Amino acid sequence: MYLQAKRLFKLALSPVLMLLSLFSTGAWAEQAERWQTNMAPGITEVGHQIYDLHMWVFYICVVTGIVVFGVMFYSVFAYRKERHQEPATFHENTRVEIAWTIVPFLVLLFMAVPATKTLIEIYDTDDADLDILITGYQWKWKYEYINPNGDNISFFSNLLTDGAEIANTEDKGSNYLLEVDEPVVIPVNKKVRFLVTANDVLHAWWVPALAVKRDAIPGFINEAWTKATETGVFRGQCAELCGRNHGFMPIVVNVVEEPQYEAWLGEKQAAAAEIKELMAKDFSLEELVERGKSVYTSSCAACHGANGEGGVGKAIAGSPIATGAMKEHTARVVDGVPGTAMPAFGSQLNEVDLAAVITYQRNAFGNNMGDMLQPVDIYKFKKGQ
Amino acid sequence: MGAHHGPAKGLTRWLFTTNHKDIGTMYLWFSFAMFLLGGSFAMIIRAELFQPGLQIVQPEFFNQMTTMHGLVMVFGAIMPAFVGLANWMIPMMIGAPDMALPRMNNWSFWILPPTFLLLASTLLMEGGGPNFGWTFYAPLSTTYAPPSVTFFIFAVHAMGISSIMGSINIIATVVNMRAPGMTYMKMPMFVWTWLITAFLLVAVMPVLAGAVTMMLMDIHFGTSFFSAAGGGDPVLFQHVFWFFGHPEVYIIILPAFGVVSEVIPTFSRKPLFGYDSMVYATSSIAFLSFIVWAHHMYTVGMPIAGELFFMYATMLIAVPTAAKVFNWITTMFKGSITLETPMLFAIAKVFLFTVGGFSGLMLAIAPADFQYHDSYFVVAHFHYTMVAGAIFALSSAVYYWIPKWTGKMYNESMGKAHFWISFIGFNLTFFPQHFVGLAGMPRRIPDYNLMFADFNMMSSIGAFIYGASQLLFLFNIVRTITHGKPVSDPKVWEGGTTLEWTVPTPAPYHTFTTPPELK
Repeated sequence: MYLQAKRLFKLALSPVLMLLSLFSTGAWAEQAERWQTNMAPGITEVGHQIYDLHMWVFYICVVTGIVVFGVMFYSVFAYRKERHQEPATFHENTRVEIAWTIVPFLVLLFMAVPATKTLIEIYDTDDADLDILITGYQWKWKYEYINPNGDNISFFSNLLTDGAEIANTEDKGSNYLLEVDEPVVIPVNKKVRFLVTANDVLHAWWVPALAVKRDAIPGFINEAWTKATETGVFRGQCAELCGRNHGFMPIVVNVVEEPQYEAWLGEKQAAAAEIKELMAKDFSLEELVERGKSVYTSSCAACHGANGEGGVGKAIAGSPIATGAMKEHTARVVDGVPGTAMPAFGSQLNEVDLAAVITYQRNAFGNNMGDMLQPVDIYKFKKGQ
Repeated sequence: MGAHHGPAKGLTRWLFTTNHKDIGTMYLWFSFAMFLLGGSFAMIIRAELFQPGLQIVQPEFFNQMTTMHGLVMVFGAIMPAFVGLANWMIPMMIGAPDMALPRMNNWSFWILPPTFLLLASTLLMEGGGPNFGWTFYAPLSTTYAPPSVTFFIFAVHAMGISSIMGSINIIATVVNMRAPGMTYMKMPMFVWTWLITAFLLVAVMPVLAGAVTMMLMDIHFGTSFFSAAGGGDPVLFQHVFWFFGHPEVYIIILPAFGVVSEVIPTFSRKPLFGYDSMVYATSSIAFLSFIVWAHHMYTVGMPIAGELFFMYATMLIAVPTAAKVFNWITTMFKGSITLETPMLFAIAKVFLFTVGGFSGLMLAIAPADFQYHDSYFVVAHFHYTMVAGAIFALSSAVYYWIPKWTGKMYNESMGKAHFWISFIGFNLTFFPQHFVGLAGMPRRIPDYNLMFADFNMMSSIGAFIYGASQLLFLFNIVRTITHGKPVSDPKVWEGGTTLEWTVPTPAPYHTFTTPPELK
């Protein structure tokens, strides 16, 4: 029995001791991140405040734990029947009971004050230098840079990790599942306000290094903000269960110096202008199919299959829609199917990509319709509604 | 002895029984079956998370597993197990001959097996089973749900009816059927915690029913409670759900508090310290549970005033909870302690539940929760409270009362082996989940970055150990019933003081047909 008590004692305390040793030696933070055991303070003032708060409450818990568990394991050890035959008979003590109600209450006050202070700061979304509208989609993020003096810049950010890595047929890279085709870019030392919403189901935009986590709710806009103090690439993930590919919609934030940010923004604006020009262009079938193929891969394949064989969504190969009337097909893609997982791509893709992907669907996977759609047709279709 | 008629023979004994002991037994076996089913879902989850990459299941099925694991464990395993204990023990602890409403008691139980058969059958339906998490947030559970969601709604309704009837029965029994002289402030703590739990259940199960009814309307009858496009609000769902959901977690933990409040005094051979304050603390926890629900929703975008209110109210829960822990420890202090299996589980429950309480306090801090929310830190936290808090207490209760139920003593070495393997397996599973959560791993994902790989592998190994230890538990129970050493001492445990230890062992089919004399 004695040996067992010793074992219980050691085992019971081991997690606490392990935690303590991890937190107390700063060396751990320097080691490989795969053994990361604690929250990182991140690169924002608020993030540091949250980290300090986290550690403050944690240390209070550790001290309380040592005292409480100390008394508990001492009692289990010292008042074992072999050593303590005659149990005491006391069963109340009003003074003690009042004391251990008041003391925890007072300790809580020491947590509540700094917590309130930090919370007020988190909620102060005023006076931002830049607004970015973040929209969660199943299963990607859309970023729209609000430009009060002109057109907004917007783009989608998709998972970049190769399917072969997920299926374990290729080695996984170090940014496995945390890499995207187009990161969101923000300038360093500027207050950036995020307006967070969703298009279909709930999502949550979480980047630990920025200490930002906000639910994305369809039909409502939430606000959050950050002010990065360091440049670099920071990664996060969707934090609210949003369906099948919830684990596959990462976030990458590229914090850069302001001139770089301006240059990046300029490029984006130029690209948008180019799309505008393309709107008027007459494409050949081959051009459309080629462009459509890449649009299909990033926007359709997740549900309809890489070869149009279907999955969550219906099959495209041989589908009565993709081999039927052009207008029906266009309506299906542009407006989506309300009440199902098929979103309205009219708000997600530009006219050029829409024309391309519809054309591709009609001329791939054994669908040999031979017809095509020009961007201007999409434009007219949207206007006609 | 009033046992002039015993149980009926054959299957009809179980189908038509109105005997609280039979019904208690059925609840306990049913919940154990559900515990193994929910556990097997957890094994699939942990097997998939053993390594990064997708190996065993596809994300769609993974989501069904996380959803069904939660639903089956909460509604099928833990809640019915405590109702089973209540059925067996409350009449024997208050000196009553049976439950107050025995026919309703039969129905409360027999609703459950078809309900869970229905729920489990959704896994085989076209489109798969529920895949939106056990919290089933709209619109993922409405507009975007698989067709089986309607069966899920029906199942939740049925469970709710069962729970409400069960708790009405418990209230009626405790209020009306206490032996003469047993005042409220003389009731065993297990009875007290269950009385309070039953009131919580009656208060919040209808709210859950309301939530799923609104879902049903949104899905089939064109309403828009949870759809912004029709003037509704997805966040409304979360408010309604957690108005049920937060009291629900106390519904799970309060009877567990009751169990350890019986076990610790018995094996410390010393009366429970601070009985009165225990009653007040339990009542305060129950009251506070109604005004803290939105701490599950700190990141949803509430106004700051709401955020602060829910943060302060949540932190307050630490006060009565701490008082309870101090009371248990002071009960052991200067006692005369032996460490039989029930006591080991009870001590571990106090210890590990307190660890879960600490992480709960951290989660209560709203700004810090912006980092913790929906990460594995939360998963670690609620498994410390649910598994170590509730399941450990249930194991303790089974070992504690099984000699009374069966008249046979369980195998102590096997019981201790079950304890130590569970204890190690449990901590190996859930302690590292604090780490990956703090490092940034979201919950409910089937695949993860390599930086989380080592701790996840540890966690999976721990889960397999914990899972296997439950088979040892099952084996020990079956062996006790078939080959256990007979016990005939009514008291069984030297330190037992409550009324169940005054009736013969094994407890006859009918007990207290005439009420006991209380000093």
